[in-house]
Amino acid sequence: MPETATVIETRSLRRRFGATVAVADLSLAVRRGEIFGFLGPNGAGKTTSLKLLLGLLEPSGGTGRVLGAPLGDRRARSRIGFLPEHFHFHNSLSARELLDIHGRLQGLRGPVLAKRIDELLVRVDLQDVRDRPLRQYSKGMTQRAGLAQALLNKPEIVFLDEPTSGLDPLGRRLVREIIQELRGQGTTVFLNSHLLGEVEATCDRVVFVRQGRTVHELSLAGEADGGFEVELRFAPLEEAVVAELEKFGTEITRSQERIRMRIADEQVMPELASWLVGRGLKVYELRCRRRSLEEWFVAIMGQDHRPG
Amino acid sequence: MMHGALTIARLTWIDARRTRIALAAFIGGLVFLAVYGTAVFFMQHSVIAPRQAHLPPLVRQATVQVLTLVGLYVANFLTLATAVMLPVDSISGEIDSGVMQTVASKPVDRAGIVIGKWLAYLAMIAVYLLLVAGGVVLLVWGMTGFLQPNLIGALPLMLLSAVVMVTLSIAGGTRFTTVTNGIAVFAFYAIAFIGGWIEQIGVRLGSSAARYIGTVISLISPSDALWRRAAHELQPPLLEQLNISPFSAVDVPSVAMVAWGVGFVIVTLLAALRTFQKRAL
Repeated sequence: MPETATVIETRSLRRRFGATVAVADLSLAVRRGEIFGFLGPNGAGKTTSLKLLLGLLEPSGGTGRVLGAPLGDRRARSRIGFLPEHFHFHNSLSARELLDIHGRLQGLRGPVLAKRIDELLVRVDLQDVRDRPLRQYSKGMTQRAGLAQALLNKPEIVFLDEPTSGLDPLGRRLVREIIQELRGQGTTVFLNSHLLGEVEATCDRVVFVRQGRTVHELSLAGEADGGFEVELRFAPLEEAVVAELEKFGTEITRSQERIRMRIADEQVMPELASWLVGRGLKVYELRCRRRSLEEWFVAIMGQDHRPG
Repeated sequence: MMHGALTIARLTWIDARRTRIALAAFIGGLVFLAVYGTAVFFMQHSVIAPRQAHLPPLVRQATVQVLTLVGLYVANFLTLATAVMLPVDSISGEIDSGVMQTVASKPVDRAGIVIGKWLAYLAMIAVYLLLVAGGVVLLVWGMTGFLQPNLIGALPLMLLSAVVMVTLSIAGGTRFTTVTNGIAVFAFYAIAFIGGWIEQIGVRLGSSAARYIGTVISLISPSDALWRRAAHELQPPLLEQLNISPFSAVDVPSVAMVAWGVGFVIVTLLAALRTFQKRAL
């Protein structure tokens, strides 16, 4: 499969539970090696979508392929890793036993498995407590053990469902670092998270889902989708000048002494600065920033926030 | 599929033997053996030994034989209860807690998950049966000198009866919640027990309708019929004909019923595999 190939692809994937439609129309494509964010409010169908991709649920309609195979294909599953939300396992087992069992389920055996277990225990910082039963672990330690089991087979795609849930700031940083390492190894990461800051810091691209439908796609790497927001303060603040700003951008709003507007390209900034100075205006502030993911989220989701 | 099933069996074995249910069953078995041993001791030293000179050998043997059957009956009941309780939470509980999602996302067939669990619990139940039934036989042998004959014929039937319950418990877990499953499987056992009595009463009273109903119930839930067949194997023909034992069956379940016991396990296991294959996790 070529490096740029699509590793996850769904078309109009649907899933209902009785009369309730959990996933109405999921259509997405995830490219090999990208860190892909999957965003939406509670009850938007994110976890159900993830289960459909993993073959844990059968779709009620639509089609999908993961690593070129139909959803749930056993061989494809040997090439993926999965960390469920609130990872939980038989709490009588130690982290080492947990990883041994999951490694065996992945088809690993002997010294290869033992070496991989040791590497991962060190990586998720559980080496010192590896033989303690999971029931003695904190929530964060359990989550890190879960992350280790998801990486045992050096997967081509890792599905992470709220991976930083229950983790302290150090644990979150560890997860971010591991995601960056996976990016370096060319692993595709499918990240389902509520923590928009985490997503913004790690993802290349995100898709928003609302009421079980993909409603918007946004690139976070390279050129910003939707342009940039400019905030400027100058004097004197005359209406005629504000009206002329329309040749540089759109959505111009005035709030007391400040002007906010949207520009399509960062290259507009020097032109705008020259124009303001050329008009003999005193420029006190001129800032350009991308729209934050949280702003995107609010703008896309609008008032549709299902309780949950 | 077998690699996955064996790994699941290993996981189930490791986890189940560390659970409180397994510990409770083990302690319950030991307590039973202690109480039973005490009862046998007093029977031997207070009832049988003082009257040894006056009791005909046949009556003495019959007394000890019935005492052994009582012990094996309780051992059988404990094994059946353990066969229900040990796996009752295994599949439904793991689905509820999310453990199953992690396991089923691995490259293992869902059939392998069910079969692995079934194999592990089958092994555990076999060990448990050997512990309690073997304990009963050894206690009686050690205290009275009576060694229960034909264990080779009876123990596999008792094991098959327990395997019926293990299979039902696992199959129920693929469809129902833990509590619903536990109630349903115990109800199944209770129905089998009552069905056995209806059949026996029907034969004694010459009611073909009662006998027919009892047989149909035994076909639906064969665990009690298998115990009655095991009890028949354990008793010498004379004792059974004298009808002095509460375990004397007037209508001994046939070999065909034993074969159906095996068939019942296979059919139930296949139904469990089919249900779990489609189950939303």
